[in-house]
Amino acid sequence: MGTGQDVMEQPKQAETRLPAVENKISMVVFSGDLDKLLASLIIATGAVAMGMKARLFFTFWGTAALRDARKSVKGKNLMSRMFGFMLPNGARKVKLSKMNMGGMGTAMMKMLMKKKKVASLEEMLTLAGQMGVEICICEMSMGLMGFKREEMIDYPHMSVCGVAAFLAEAATSRVQLFI
Amino acid sequence: MPVELKADKVVDLKGLPCPMPVVRISQEIMTVDVGQVVEAITTDPGSLADFPAWAMSTGQEILQTDQAAGEIRFYVKRVR
Repeated sequence: MGTGQDVMEQPKQAETRLPAVENKISMVVFSGDLDKLLASLIIATGAVAMGMKARLFFTFWGTAALRDARKSVKGKNLMSRMFGFMLPNGARKVKLSKMNMGGMGTAMMKMLMKKKKVASLEEMLTLAGQMGVEICICEMSMGLMGFKREEMIDYPHMSVCGVAAFLAEAATSRVQLFI
Repeated sequence: MPVELKADKVVDLKGLPCPMPVVRISQEIMTVDVGQVVEAITTDPGSLADFPAWAMSTGQEILQTDQAAGEIRFYVKRVR
């Protein structure tokens, strides 16, 4: 690459000691599908029950599931309003990754879950909040889709963060997952 | 022959699927004193694998597991 080499050079690795690994789980919740979101919350609450700390990093499609349908914010541009309209407005509106069949499959799954006493996504979010599962929302995804912090659910341990926050947390976690 | 164990607290977790049995026992065990025993009754077959895994991770002790008529009874001692 000739002269470009200097620019492409990797930053020098800081000579720091590796931080100690703790009994924690870090998850990237990329998916906005009901089934995958449910899985991530079951694992997170299970982890807390097992004595671990759990932190979920919501990014991309996952962020839409954290919107609060009762909240709306003003001052969005046309693109943001369109995105807001097209993406699911909160945990109640997310669909199955398979067999959605125009919403019929998802409705059937929800009926089945109720019958079998499987907690709904909203219930799992409430439980996760009570148990101290931390949620970080990706700043960039929110900006991209035009979501604002004020339209997100009231969750007791929620913050906005970026990739460095995830990596720092993941590097000291015993378990890391991408869902 | 299983020894008749006396529980200090009985927790009914019948009909609850994953992850609730483990979530609930992790909360219930903290409501008794160290050394006391919680009897947890589940109907979820997965709890047969989950309870020992939970106990190992959290340092609690499962004294006895009884299976009868579709019910599973765990006698869990709070160790710490």
